[in-house]
Amino acid sequence: MTTMATPTKPAAEAPAPVYNPKSESAGAKRTKSAIFHIVALALTGVVLYPALWMIASSFKPNSEIGGANTSLWSSNFSFDNFVTAMDGIGGVSTLQFFTNSLILAIGAVVGTILSASVSAYAFARIKFPGRSVFFGMMIATLLLPFHVVIIPQYIVFQQLGLVDTYIPLLIGKFLAADAFFVFLMVQFMRNLPAELDEAARIDGAGHVRIFTSIMLPLMKPALISTSIFSFIWSWNDFLGPLLYLNTPEKYPLPLALRLFVDQTQSSDYGAMIAMSVLALLPVLIFFLVFQRYIVEGVSTQGLKG
Amino acid sequence: MTQSPTLSRRSTPSAPPLPRKSRQRGADARAGYTFLLPWLLGFIALTVGPMISSLYLSFTNYNLFDPPKWIGLDNYTAMFQDERFLQSVGVTVGYVVFGTPLKLAAALAVAMLLNSARKGQGFYRSAFYAPSLIGASVSIAIVWKAMFGDSGPVDQGLSFFGINLGGWVGNPSMTMPMFILLTVWQFGAPMVIFLAGLKQIPADLYEAASMDGAGPVRKFFNITWPMLSPVVFFNLLMETIHAFQIFSSAYIISNGEGGPAGSTLFYTLYLYLRGFSDFRMGYASAMAWLLLIVVGLITLVIFRTSKSWVHYSGDAK
Repeated sequence: MTTMATPTKPAAEAPAPVYNPKSESAGAKRTKSAIFHIVALALTGVVLYPALWMIASSFKPNSEIGGANTSLWSSNFSFDNFVTAMDGIGGVSTLQFFTNSLILAIGAVVGTILSASVSAYAFARIKFPGRSVFFGMMIATLLLPFHVVIIPQYIVFQQLGLVDTYIPLLIGKFLAADAFFVFLMVQFMRNLPAELDEAARIDGAGHVRIFTSIMLPLMKPALISTSIFSFIWSWNDFLGPLLYLNTPEKYPLPLALRLFVDQTQSSDYGAMIAMSVLALLPVLIFFLVFQRYIVEGVSTQGLKG
Repeated sequence: MTQSPTLSRRSTPSAPPLPRKSRQRGADARAGYTFLLPWLLGFIALTVGPMISSLYLSFTNYNLFDPPKWIGLDNYTAMFQDERFLQSVGVTVGYVVFGTPLKLAAALAVAMLLNSARKGQGFYRSAFYAPSLIGASVSIAIVWKAMFGDSGPVDQGLSFFGINLGGWVGNPSMTMPMFILLTVWQFGAPMVIFLAGLKQIPADLYEAASMDGAGPVRKFFNITWPMLSPVVFFNLLMETIHAFQIFSSAYIISNGEGGPAGSTLFYTLYLYLRGFSDFRMGYASAMAWLLLIVVGLITLVIFRTSKSWVHYSGDAK
């Protein structure tokens, strides 16, 4: 069988540059492609259903969200839920929660960019004793469960009187505590040609000059991925604010949402879901705008979502 | 004593080039530690320090207000008589053991499906990835709770097929499938990584196998799986470690209580409750260290066994 098939096959396959299991007619190829798209689209429907359901429900009156109504469409779509959601909870407006989330997320981005790029430069471009040991430890912290450090950290911040401030939530960002970003930047810098630094050194440039005027401009893609992910992670973070913040005026959106769930338990479903949509809105916009960067970042760096 | 003079004498003739070099090395060392300072400070103050003190606290009775009292191994022994603790271990192990392989299987299957297509791959890849970005958020936990609640869309949909389970949220035997579905739903992140790995497999390997008459099953086990094994290894390690740390969704869906009947009392949720609502910081620290040890052991096991199933091709960098 195989000896019979081999002589004919290469001839049929020769024009195809990419792997093709069998020589197929155009019709068979089209059928195959149609089946692929049907399967993939069906799967897309299933995967995106929760998000669509959330968005549809946020526009529906309470009476239509639960009950026998499973369709995404409704003739009673309105913005009422969003109006209620914008009022906020516990005497604090949702706009305030938004501002708080934004302050934390921007702080996280700025801190991470500054600290991770500087530290990554040391790992990637400077030879110093102990470098490989510290690099190994940095990698190890990637695998470290966060819970091992939260209790002592909390105790220290509590004794310093910093509970209910943003300092415990931001200080780690300014100290490159998210090792993933340091690692990402180290990998990126290692792929930049070494001749760049050597030439600059011959011209008498020190590390500060090399870092600021050669490395940073070239690292733009890594800096953008880092900014996007640190923004989204900070925006979605729940445990940190839950531990450290007590007054609702300081709450970011995830904590505000929890407060909303606690206080309006099943009484105003629509508003709760509308607020969930509002809380995810920036992440969804980020995703639509920076899709390429995000998905490429995951596939090349193994970044977690 | 006898050796040091010889050494210094031997180095004297070559002295002229040395100072410059060592000065350069000294400057580099100084620059290295200066640049490393942010990370180093964070590493000492936010990781090593807290790790040491939580290890110490795990041997004490500490409630945040009175000074810690040394009680030796009592926290650790108490854990194994604590029914809620044992329950939290059961819940978490069930979640990791069933959720992670299912999620990875879904990720691999969909990655292979997408890899077979020429057009539209980018669109589907983005669409399937989206849940990974929002899956751990409070918003999605609220949506999940509503969707799987009494007469929510899941209940309605199943009733349509004659399956009447009622709400999953209030049913202790259905909460675990609900959480497993939540993690499987986020198959996109490992899928994107699998897809990148699949693209690295040279097409001529499959061509050669086709010529030898290999079917799709044999091609999968003889080419795809071994060539992809480093990526499988990476995904398995990362997803397992992450699965142990599920917190926000469990907290929101169960109102921070781990109910019904303790069926959503995940390890980290119980740790949080012990530490920050019962103020048993010593006990919670012991739980944290046990988690660290278990995660460390699992990492070790995955690394060790990987030698037998992870295949690194010789020419690959």
